Amino acid sequence: MTATVSNTHLSSIERTKLIRASLTRRNLSEKIFRGLGLAAVVLALGFVALLFIDVGRKGIPAFTQSNLHLSVNFDPAIIGVEPAPVQAAGQSDADFQAANLKWQRDVAMLNWNKVIEASLRTMVPAGVEITSKDLLTIAETDARHEVRERFVADPSLLGQTVDIDVLASANAANWIKGNIDRSLPDSQQQLSAPARAVIDTMVANGKISNGFSWSIFTNVDSRSAPASAGLLGAFVGTLYMMLIVIVLAVPIGVASAIYLEEFAPKSKLTDFIEVNINNLAAVPSIVFGLLGAAAFINYMHLPISAPIVGGLVLTLMTLPTIIIATRGALLGVSPALRQAALGMGASKTQMVFHHVLPVTFPSILTATILGVAHALGETAPLLLIGMKAFVASVPVTPFDQATALPVQIYLWQGNENRNFFEPRTAAAIIVLLMVMICLNGVAIYLRSRLEKRA
Amino acid sequence: MNSLIIAGMLLVLLGLAYQSGWSRSRGLATTAGVKVHSRPQYHGSYVAIWAMLPALVVLGLWGWFGEGITTNYITGQIPADTLSGLDPVALDATVARIRSLATGYGVAGDVQPFEQAAADALRSFQFITFVVVTVLAAVAGIAALLYARSRITARLRARNAVESVINVALIACSAVAILTTVGIVASLLTEAIHFFSFVNPIEFFFGTVWNPSFSSTDTGAHGQYGLLPLLAGTLMITIIAMLVAVPVGLMAAIYLSQYAHPRLRAVAKPIIEVLAGIPTIVFGFFALVTVGPFLRDFGNLVGLDIKATSALTAGVVMGIMIIPFVSSLSDDILNQVPRTLRDGAYGLGATKSETIRNVLLPAALPGIVGAFLLAVSRAVGETMIVVLAAGNSPVLRGNPFEPVATITVSIVNQLTGDSDFAGPQSLVAFALGLTLFIITLCLNIFALYIVRRFREQYE
Repeated sequence: MTATVSNTHLSSIERTKLIRASLTRRNLSEKIFRGLGLAAVVLALGFVALLFIDVGRKGIPAFTQSNLHLSVNFDPAIIGVEPAPVQAAGQSDADFQAANLKWQRDVAMLNWNKVIEASLRTMVPAGVEITSKDLLTIAETDARHEVRERFVADPSLLGQTVDIDVLASANAANWIKGNIDRSLPDSQQQLSAPARAVIDTMVANGKISNGFSWSIFTNVDSRSAPASAGLLGAFVGTLYMMLIVIVLAVPIGVASAIYLEEFAPKSKLTDFIEVNINNLAAVPSIVFGLLGAAAFINYMHLPISAPIVGGLVLTLMTLPTIIIATRGALLGVSPALRQAALGMGASKTQMVFHHVLPVTFPSILTATILGVAHALGETAPLLLIGMKAFVASVPVTPFDQATALPVQIYLWQGNENRNFFEPRTAAAIIVLLMVMICLNGVAIYLRSRLEKRA
Repeated sequence: MNSLIIAGMLLVLLGLAYQSGWSRSRGLATTAGVKVHSRPQYHGSYVAIWAMLPALVVLGLWGWFGEGITTNYITGQIPADTLSGLDPVALDATVARIRSLATGYGVAGDVQPFEQAAADALRSFQFITFVVVTVLAAVAGIAALLYARSRITARLRARNAVESVINVALIACSAVAILTTVGIVASLLTEAIHFFSFVNPIEFFFGTVWNPSFSSTDTGAHGQYGLLPLLAGTLMITIIAMLVAVPVGLMAAIYLSQYAHPRLRAVAKPIIEVLAGIPTIVFGFFALVTVGPFLRDFGNLVGLDIKATSALTAGVVMGIMIIPFVSSLSDDILNQVPRTLRDGAYGLGATKSETIRNVLLPAALPGIVGAFLLAVSRAVGETMIVVLAAGNSPVLRGNPFEPVATITVSIVNQLTGDSDFAGPQSLVAFALGLTLFIITLCLNIFALYIVRRFREQYE
C-alpha cells in the first residue's frame, strides 16, 4: 500500500510480485493491530472483573461477625443493687417515679463490665494468667450496654444466670478471622498473649461463633465500639438526599428541558443557556461542593452536615444530566405526533403535555434513575459541606446532622484499625454497589417494559 | 405544626378554587347553544391560580418581614432601663434567650423576671400573628377566588391564561441552570477575591511552595500558598491517566466498532461502561488497598522505589476510570465517519487496519481530540481517587513514583466543613476552585466546539 506501488514504470507482473511480497508484512501488521484491539478490550473487561473480585473478596467476610456466647450471672454480690422498686399501696405516683428513677440511675452507673468479666473468667483455661483489663478486650465495649438493657428490661433476672450473645471486639474479630498475621510478635499484636489464648479456647469450645452481621444494617456508626459500627445512619442520610434530588431535580429538569426544546424562541439567550447547561454537566463535582459551602451554608445559613444541603448540592449537580437526557428524548418524538395533535386543535402546551411528554416517559425515567444513581455515589461535594463529621445517630429530619453512604466509606477507610476496617469498608462498598445495581436494574426493566407497551 | 396548618389551608383553598371554577364552567356548558372557549379543567386551574397568588403573597410578605417585626416586638417588651444598658451584641443575646424561652425549650442560667414576662408576651404575640396571617391569607385567597369565579364566562380565554402561567413556570425552571452557573461564579469569585486580600495573586499563581500553616495564631503569618506544586501534581496525574485511558479506550472502541462480532460487542460494551457508573470513592479504595501495594511490590521486584500512594497509583486508577469515557465517545465518533470513506479505502485494496489507521482515524481525529479534551477535564476535576491514593505531598518534583497533591485534594484539605471562612487557610479553597473551574471550563468549551464542528462536517 505504500511506496511499493508508486513505481508506475514497472510491468504489471512485477508490480503484482511486489504487492504479493508485501502482503505477508501487511497481513502481519493487520494481525498485530487486531490483536492490540482485542487486548485493549480484554484489559478493560479485566479491570472491571478485577475491581469487583477484589472488593468482593475483601468485603464478603466482613458480613459475618464473631459472637461471644456468654452465660452471664447477674450475681447480686457483683451488681450490688436492690431489686427494682415496686409501688407500695398508698405510695404516691410521684414518690414511686422518684424511686424508680433513682433505681434506674443506680443501674446505669453500675460497672457492668464486672459482670462480663466474671462470665469471661469462667472460660479462661487452666494455667493462663490474665488481667481483667486484658480479659475485657475480648468483648466489644458496648457489650455492657447489652447486658444492662437485659437487666433493665427484666429486673427479676437478679441472681439468675442467662445466656447472652455479645459482639467480640474488633481486635478479637481480627484474630478469629485471621485478618491479622498470627505469627507476628507480641509487640505488634493488638491483643495480649493470654487474651489470644482465651479466644482460641473459646473458639475451640464453641463459645465463639460467626454469624451474619445484621448490625451492619441496623446500627449507626460507632467509634468506641468499632465492631458494632453500622451503616444505618449513613443509609438514612443518603435516602433523604436522594428524595430531595428526586423531588427537586426531576420536575425542574424536565420543565426546563420542555421549555428549551419546545417553547424557547431560537435566540442568543437560549443558545447561551444551552452552552451553559452543557458546561454545567462537565463541571467537576467538587466545584458544586464549593458552591454549597459558600451559598447554602455561609450565605443562607442552612445547617452544616445536613442532608438538606447535600440534597440541594446534588440536585444542582444532577440537573444538567436530566435536562440533556430529556431534551434528547423530546427531540426523538416523531413530528407526525405533534402535527396530528396541533391539527386536532390542541394548543402547543396541550400538545406537549398530553402527547409528546407521555411518549418520552420511559427515556426520562431511565435518565432520572441513572442521574440519581450517579448522585448516590458522589462523595467529594459532600465532604466540603461538612458531611464527613462523625454522626452516631439516625437523622430524624433532613435538617439533622447526617452522613452518607459514600462518605461513610471514606470515613471507614481512614480508620486506624485497618485490619478490621478494611474489610468493613469493602462491605460498605458492596452495599453501595448493590443499591446502585438495583437502581440500574430497575431502570433497565422499566425501560424495556414501558417501551414494549408504547 | 404551624407550617402543616398553613399547608393544609393552602391545599383546601386550592381544591375549593379548582372545584368552584370547574363546576361553574360545567354549568355554562349545559346551557344549550353556548360554546365555551375553554374546557372545565382550564377554568378550574384559572380560579385556582387566582386564589393561590394572593394567599402566597400574604404568606411571603410575612415570611420576609415577620422576623423583623417579631424582633422589634421583643425589643419593645424589654424594660426601658434594662434596654439602655445593653449593647447590640448583648441585645441580640437577650432576644435569642427570650425566643428560646418562648419555644418552651428553656435557656441556660437564671431566667430574669423581665425575660420570662417578655417570653410569655412573645408566645401570645406569636400565636395571634400566626392566626391573623393565616386568616388573612385565607381571606385574600377566597376573595380572589370569588373574583376569578365571577369572571368566568363562555368567552373567557381561560386556557390561554393558564398556559401563559405554565410558560412562566417553565422559564423559571430553565433559569435555575443559569442561576447555578451564576451562583458558582459569584461564590467562587467573591471568596477568591476575599482570599486575594490576604495573599498576593502573583504569589498564589506563581508560588512554588505550598504550606498553609494551620498553626498560625497571630494574624501576620499566613503560610505560603503557591499554586505550582498542586498544578504540577494535577498535570502529572492527568498525563498518567491519559497514558492509560487513551490507548486502551481508543483501541477498545476501534476493536468493538470495527472488528468485533455483534454479539461480543453487545456484551462487552455495556460491561466496560459499568466502569463509568462506579462511584469514584470505590476506585479510590481500590487504588489504596490493591493497586498501590501491587505497584510498590512490583517496583521492589524491578528495583524501582515506587511508593504505595503515589502519582502513579492515582494516575493508573484514574485512567481505568476514564476508559469507558474515552471508548464510548470514540465509538460514537468512529460511527459517524461516513461509510463511503471506508468503502473507498477497501476498494483500493487496503486492509482493515490500514483503512482504520490511514482513513478512519484521520477523518475522526478532530472528534477524538475533543473526546480526549473532555477526558482531560474529567481527570483534572477528579477528587476522591486522588484524595485516597496520591499521598498528599504538595512538593514540586517530577518523579511520578513519589506522592503528590493536586488542586482538588487541597480543596478538600483546606475546606474542612466548618463555616468559618475568615482566614486564608479556608478561603484558599475558593481560589483553587476558581482555578479548577476556569481550567475545566476552557477545556470543555474548546472540546464541545471541536466535537460540534466535527459533527457538522459529516451531517
